[in-house]
Amino acid sequence: MKFLPLIWSNLRRKRVRTTFTLLSILVAFLLFGYLGAVSNAFDIGVQIAGVDRLVLTHKVSIILPLPLSYLERIEQVPGVKEVAHASWFGGIYQDPKNFFAQMAVDPERYLSLYPEFQLPEDQKKAWLADRTGAICGKYLADRFHWKIGDRIPLTAAVWQKKDGSISWEFTLDGIYTGATPSTDTTQFLFHYKYLDEARVRRKGMVGWYIIRIDHPDQAPQIADKIDALFANSDNETKTSTEKAFMQGFAKQVGNIGAIITAILTVVFFIILLVAGNTMMQSVRERVTELAVLKTVGFPNGLILTLVLCESLVLAIVGGSLGLGLAWLLISRGDPTGGALPIFYLPGESAVLGVVFILLLGGATGTLPALQAMRLQVVQSLRRG
Amino acid sequence: MQRIANWFVQVFAVGVLNLRTLPQRFGSSAATVVGVAGVVTVFVAVLSIAEGFRATLAQTGSPETALVLRTGADTEMMSLVSQEDSRIIQDAPGIGRGQLGAQASPEMLVLVDVPMVSTGTDANVALRGVTPVAFEVRKQLKILSGRNFVPGRNEIIVGRAAAGQFAGLQVGDVKRWGKTDWTVVGQFTDGGSVAESEIWADLNVLQGAYNRGTIVSDVYARLASADEFDKFKAALTTDPRLSVRVVRETEYFAEQSIFLTNLVTRLGYLIAAMMGVGAVFGAINTMYSAVAARTREIATLRALGFGGGPVVISVIVESILLAFAGGLVGGVIAYIVFNGYRASTINWQSFSQVAFAFRVTPLLLVQGFFYSVLIGLVGGLFPAVRAARTSVAAALREL
Repeated sequence: MKFLPLIWSNLRRKRVRTTFTLLSILVAFLLFGYLGAVSNAFDIGVQIAGVDRLVLTHKVSIILPLPLSYLERIEQVPGVKEVAHASWFGGIYQDPKNFFAQMAVDPERYLSLYPEFQLPEDQKKAWLADRTGAICGKYLADRFHWKIGDRIPLTAAVWQKKDGSISWEFTLDGIYTGATPSTDTTQFLFHYKYLDEARVRRKGMVGWYIIRIDHPDQAPQIADKIDALFANSDNETKTSTEKAFMQGFAKQVGNIGAIITAILTVVFFIILLVAGNTMMQSVRERVTELAVLKTVGFPNGLILTLVLCESLVLAIVGGSLGLGLAWLLISRGDPTGGALPIFYLPGESAVLGVVFILLLGGATGTLPALQAMRLQVVQSLRRG
Repeated sequence: MQRIANWFVQVFAVGVLNLRTLPQRFGSSAATVVGVAGVVTVFVAVLSIAEGFRATLAQTGSPETALVLRTGADTEMMSLVSQEDSRIIQDAPGIGRGQLGAQASPEMLVLVDVPMVSTGTDANVALRGVTPVAFEVRKQLKILSGRNFVPGRNEIIVGRAAAGQFAGLQVGDVKRWGKTDWTVVGQFTDGGSVAESEIWADLNVLQGAYNRGTIVSDVYARLASADEFDKFKAALTTDPRLSVRVVRETEYFAEQSIFLTNLVTRLGYLIAAMMGVGAVFGAINTMYSAVAARTREIATLRALGFGGGPVVISVIVESILLAFAGGLVGGVIAYIVFNGYRASTINWQSFSQVAFAFRVTPLLLVQGFFYSVLIGLVGGLFPAVRAARTSVAAALREL
């Protein structure tokens, strides 16, 4: 404790250098925070996948429809707990730029399969009773400033109604929130019945099925059994775990996420290298002083601790300010204006950040201090 | 006049002194160079992704070609046009005429799952059904190897980019989608356009395989000249029998690049800005220690009658040179590693894969160099001012 003033005055010796070193470390960890949020945003689907959920799509392509009659047959497969279906609507809200996911679903089945979509009970009741009703996620409601009770018109060129019109109107009955920050709250969900009764094409067909199974470890066998059920039919199926499905999707987005992540990682280490170099240099410059300390009887361990404390203070102050700033900026929302709707600093990144902070402080202090300790007192004194 | 010349001589003298002592400060100078090189590499690399994607979509489409989609459809995938409607479109004014008559190509677009070479997982690849007119509408399209498909047969031709990114699409391969086997008979290029990421088949065969009857997705129309567009559009959109939307092919594809380009560009600028700040701090530190190491030399020069200006300028010049060296290194690395790097990603508008190559353009490199100079300038400024302000007596006294 009594050495605190010594550490403090060492840090203050070159205030400008200390400040800028602090700022470099701050920037590095700000970037690190962003890196965590960006890479998280790119492969979000993989993490939110439920372990006990399977996704069944048409074998040729996800855009091809499947008969609604498959539902009962899937339900009868042993090991299957519950089944829901969803159909992509692809309508336009005012302008094609306002893209968001719209799905026609069987409300009760869908909500039961996705318990992470949290909808207040009264809103759920209202939605179930309202044939043209819809619900949406909080992110979406905030994006367009929708309130419960709003009429939301969508136009969908592929879904012509019997009267020839292609405009569909929905009443917003509820706004769901996510159970965790990683829950997708950008979806717009409405009654499949409304769609199927009013449209002229693809009647009785759905987009894909979501299946909950009793035991996640039996997923491959159950998936095979289901696919075998529809083999050689007009609409063959492909069943995979939700995780594999999402992974496949993330891979479709492709290397871009991976490349950006890789680049950010490289940068982070470059900045650390530069900052670390400066910190080591400032210790090296003081070899003479360290020798003086040794001369007056400071043991090696104490000197090492003193130097280490100094670099740790720098790393911890700069690093935590950087991580904190990253957290602040990230929680203000995604920087791309809607392209990465799920954008937050994941806990693992924060923990990893703290580890890097300690490593940085430790390494930059230890290396030069060890060097200094190995020097003979006389030699070091002469060097000055 | 002489004063100005004298001033330059001073700048030069101090500058040379600075540079000749550079090797003594190798560590920290190298750190600056590396730091700036990192910034510029990342800046150029990230933006080259956006540049490449945009270039691919911008190369798609000629101003003479128009797309006729159903009203309310923003993409081909979401559009449906009946056979009667496509006949009416063929007779519209302004349409070009070739050996096969009106140059209006009804096309059907679906997706098929094809595994990616890089990961082995399925990707959405566009499968387009066309009639022979399509090859008159797209003048750049050439069969590269193999031959074109024969109408009526289950044969496909594959774009060059698709053949590289997706597995099992070489000439001679057989693909099974649903209950139909398709034989790859040829590979084509189309001037680097999006079509090169697609698979093409005969329209009638594809309609049959998908139970689509005679419905197509949209019509590509080649106009007699680009100026005919307004006339063509007016005629179709006012026709009471039709409910269609007419867009220039160039605009249609430029619009599709907006989403990804925005995403990558904004992310790129944000990252580069943050890193730039980091690099400036690094440069400031380097220059401060550079100035500090020479306090006595600089003071000696000042005592000899050198002005404050030359000292400031020389420090800034050194900082800029270091940063620019970093910029050059970064630009070269970005160019070597990323230029031409082939990747594919999903185009969210069309929900299908687009293969493209990263493009490190000269403009990007210039931007990167400019950025590095800026970093050097800002990084050198404060240390330079400090060097000039230090009182000569105090500096000379310093150990």
